[in-house]
Amino acid sequence: MITPTPADAAAILALLVLTAYALFGGADFGGGVWDLLASGPRAQGQRSAISRAMGPVWEANHVWLIFLLVLLFTAFPSAFAVVVIGLFLPLHLVLLGVILRGASFVFRAHGAQGGPRAPLQRTFGAAFGAASAVTPILLGAALAAISGGGIRVVGGAVSAPPLASWFTPFAVATGLLTLALSSYLAAAYLTIETQGSLQEDFRRRAIAAGIGLVVLAVLDLPLMARDAPRLFDHLLRPAAAPLLVGGFLLALWSLAAVYRQSYPVARALSALSGIALLWGWGFAQWPYVVYPDLAVSTAAAPRPALLQILYTLPVGALLLVPSLYLLFHVFKGRNPAEGRPPRPRPRPRPAR
Amino acid sequence: MTNLLAARDQMAFTLGFHMIFAAFGVGFPLLMVVSEGLYLRTRQEHYLKLAKAWGQANAVLFGIGAVSGTALSFELGLLWPGFMRFAGSTIGTGFVAEGFAFFVEAIFIGLYLYGWGRLSPLAHWLTGIPIAIAGPASAALIVGVDAWMQHPNGIATLLRDPSAAATGPMLFLNPHWPIMALHATVACYAATAFAIATIYAWGMLKGRRDAVRRAALHLALMLGTAAAIAMPLTGDLSGKAVARYQPVKLAAMESQFTTQKGAPLRIGGWPDTKARTVAGALEIPGGLSWLAYGSAGATVRGLSSVPTSLWPDIPITHVSFQLMVGSGTALVLIALWYWLGVRRRSLGRGLLWALVLSGPLAFLALETGWVVTEVGRQPWIVYGVQRTADAVTPIQGLPVYFLAFVALYALLGTTVVWLLRRVEHGLPLVRVA
Repeated sequence: MITPTPADAAAILALLVLTAYALFGGADFGGGVWDLLASGPRAQGQRSAISRAMGPVWEANHVWLIFLLVLLFTAFPSAFAVVVIGLFLPLHLVLLGVILRGASFVFRAHGAQGGPRAPLQRTFGAAFGAASAVTPILLGAALAAISGGGIRVVGGAVSAPPLASWFTPFAVATGLLTLALSSYLAAAYLTIETQGSLQEDFRRRAIAAGIGLVVLAVLDLPLMARDAPRLFDHLLRPAAAPLLVGGFLLALWSLAAVYRQSYPVARALSALSGIALLWGWGFAQWPYVVYPDLAVSTAAAPRPALLQILYTLPVGALLLVPSLYLLFHVFKGRNPAEGRPPRPRPRPRPAR
Repeated sequence: MTNLLAARDQMAFTLGFHMIFAAFGVGFPLLMVVSEGLYLRTRQEHYLKLAKAWGQANAVLFGIGAVSGTALSFELGLLWPGFMRFAGSTIGTGFVAEGFAFFVEAIFIGLYLYGWGRLSPLAHWLTGIPIAIAGPASAALIVGVDAWMQHPNGIATLLRDPSAAATGPMLFLNPHWPIMALHATVACYAATAFAIATIYAWGMLKGRRDAVRRAALHLALMLGTAAAIAMPLTGDLSGKAVARYQPVKLAAMESQFTTQKGAPLRIGGWPDTKARTVAGALEIPGGLSWLAYGSAGATVRGLSSVPTSLWPDIPITHVSFQLMVGSGTALVLIALWYWLGVRRRSLGRGLLWALVLSGPLAFLALETGWVVTEVGRQPWIVYGVQRTADAVTPIQGLPVYFLAFVALYALLGTTVVWLLRRVEHGLPLVRVA
């Protein structure tokens, strides 16, 4: 039995947070994609279903990204310093995407008036959709970049030719794979939050995205073998291979469940498939934070800083878990599209 | 524009922008919750209208605050990798703590904004309370990071043996932290309260003196007055802490070029760094010595005690400090004038115009106070330990990124103002009422 060091624990924690961001924040990006691609007679209905589903939860889902960032620079400051230099441009673009996506969503939800066809609504909508589509591609490419070996540390200085790490065929394909996963999760989740023909719209979209996900996952492998041979090699080892294969099979299974209209099963399986694929990557990437120059053990912060994070975790969880439960219970508890009988308005009492 | 200057400008611009929204995140939820609570108690409709309209406005402000805050956590690394490599794990403790508070805030904002029809009135009101607590808590916690950059508590251990440095105590047992956190958080309450006063006073000037607006102004001024009075008190503590930990910054704030017994307090004026004089300042003999050390005869260290390479930008620090103190003082006077007006049962046009000015003044105080803190810290990023120039990214072409951010934020800022302006026109944001 190997006892994990605090650095190992922090890396696992980072992977957990990344997973949460992919499953929740990723689905919100996917929502934006389906907003952009809304079409047919129910285009407006699709957009409002997406808004309704995202509105109460997207801010909370977004915090996972901030948490991941904070965790990385707290627990792995030297790796963080290398990544931000090596991926200076793509991370700025991620930032642009994050800002435009969030801002245009709130502008549209809480500000712009004049009905869904008003020019302003459409502008905010387009910005929201486009930013939602581009950002996960960049995030996926960044993940590929830290596995591909294009970001090097030579004599203490970061050496990363522009584009060379995150604009390889493998990185771009991984970005598209991330986009497909986000879109698939979103469509699968939305089938639960809609009814009737809208539900059917999202079912079809889920099937399309699911097929895209599977195809891209298959295409990604030979590109990985070419551009990130070490990652490829380790993905096929016993530690990671079951996760890779499992993730793949789960994706197929959830796709079948979408097809058969067993939506709750499909939602659970789609999330599990995302978890398996991400952890497969995590196991294959291990023990590196940035391959090949920064390993978990060498990039880690001093022990007290790591312990500090690990000790504050239960306190944070005590605050967050019930709060998140409440949030999702209130808004995702049952099919929100079924609506609830409006509560009787309190009878006005005479003012005291 | 050099790379270092571009990086500093980008950081300053994006942080200065974020701060506006962060300030609303501290103060707005409190007013929202109080207003909804008053409705539940009194059943007067105008309190409900206010709570709903403020909730909508808060949704836009919080959303922009969240994304511009995300930008900052990226930029800390993108622009200052040297700093993050050196101090990331130390300041990270503050970010983790703030992260929890911010997470709670984001969760309950969702519940509050979208929970009107889904939760019972009491439960809905209760979901507002964590927002009103988490907003100021996250502000106070994140100031812990800044306080450490001003006064790097425990730095000797960190430099000698990083594996022995306990980061939590370094940050949160820092004597500089509570003082800065208090002053900054109070300033956020003041900024929110007076910004709201500006909006409703403007409406009244235009002749819209209904119960909703009167109630809004009253609530805003109750909070605003308390905050305005607390500002000079906490500011005095802050000034004394600066005198103790950052004497060079204090000297820059007051353009004290020479070390002097019984140093005067200079009000206003423009420093000439070459001639080492201050033109046009009103001097109160012994004033600075008294404020900083409690005795009019105390010695105040001057800028000449360190080489000029360790000077911050004197004119910016000095003028910002004067503006902060001046606008803070004006806020106290305006608040008192308001209560005088309430006593006399007449809110005259002069008073309303002063209230319209109070919001911009409060934000001026907030921003200039922050400029004093950060520009006054230069050339250090971690005071006395790491220079800003040694922390900046090696990536070239930063001015382009800076200009791109200015353009993007100008667009966002304009849109926010344009959307919020329609609150008082009764168009979208009060549609819920």
